[in-house]
Amino acid sequence: MRLIVAGVEKEYADGLSLTRLIELEKVATPQYVTVSLNDAFVESGAFPDTFPRDGDSVEFLYFMGGGR
Amino acid sequence: MAFAHEQLERYSRHIILKEVGVRGQRKLLESRVLVVGAGGLGSPAALYLAAAGVGTIGIVDADVVDLSNLQRQILHSTPDVGRAKVESARETLEALNPEVTVQVSRLRLSADNILDRIRDYDFILDGTDNFPAKFLINDACVIARKPFSHAGIIRFQGQMMTYVPGRGPCYRCVFENPPPPDAVPTCSQAGIIGAMGGVIGSLQAMEAVKYLLGIGSLLTGSLLTYDALKAAFRKIPLPARKNCAVCGERPSISAPFDYAQDACVLP
Repeated sequence: MRLIVAGVEKEYADGLSLTRLIELEKVATPQYVTVSLNDAFVESGAFPDTFPRDGDSVEFLYFMGGGR
Repeated sequence: MAFAHEQLERYSRHIILKEVGVRGQRKLLESRVLVVGAGGLGSPAALYLAAAGVGTIGIVDADVVDLSNLQRQILHSTPDVGRAKVESARETLEALNPEVTVQVSRLRLSADNILDRIRDYDFILDGTDNFPAKFLINDACVIARKPFSHAGIIRFQGQMMTYVPGRGPCYRCVFENPPPPDAVPTCSQAGIIGAMGGVIGSLQAMEAVKYLLGIGSLLTGSLLTYDALKAAFRKIPLPARKNCAVCGERPSISAPFDYAQDACVLP
């Protein structure tokens, strides 16, 4: 299936969970990432049971703390 | 009141813009913006706001200027090392534009003082460097119905969003709760390329100016990210979270509160 992950369209295995996608994409600090699927937030507890489908768009939103 | 000749000249490049004009420039002169943190983000933001003639600029910061700040915090110069950042900031901004009133508060914002501090301002700019402060500013602005610009920068990356009451998600919609102290690195631990504050802080000033003038589209409902190494900006749509603890349908947070400070931001 094709997914658009962080704006880039790529081929992924069917039946991939968000948890597995986070691993595959080597997301930094995976336990603190916010994920949106087709412009809706996914609760972090639901990552293992959420399976993006062909054509879906996934965004990773990261804490960024600096400023001074 | 008519503009004096000197004002017409100072702001001529604004006044010539049809989106600003004399009326817009007057709006800016009558506006009040609070900059929290006179550091990497707050420096360029406050400089551009002062140059633009934003009539009253508040600066909140508890710290003194350190030599390691000068690689990016362009409100301060080498002779300022050891001085209070708010005093150094006041001097720089008044020299740039003596017409601007600079109100400084040498303190750290907390649940006890934040509502008083933001009350008199039209727009708040978050230039802080830690998550407890970012959540505090978010919650207070949502509760007091104040628009604000959020930003964070680290290494070669920056991101920002704008919150306007009643128009889209707040910072807590996106991130819910701060990460545990030291779970996510901050600038002092991870480093920051100096010009990143210039890029993102200037964009925060741009958001404030657009909001004050009522022109264009703001970064409400989207997160703008900048990756300097890839030379790439992205605008990521942000949904609101119906069950957000502060701006959701049944909020559980009705007053600002303090999270424990990150150890690394203590002086």
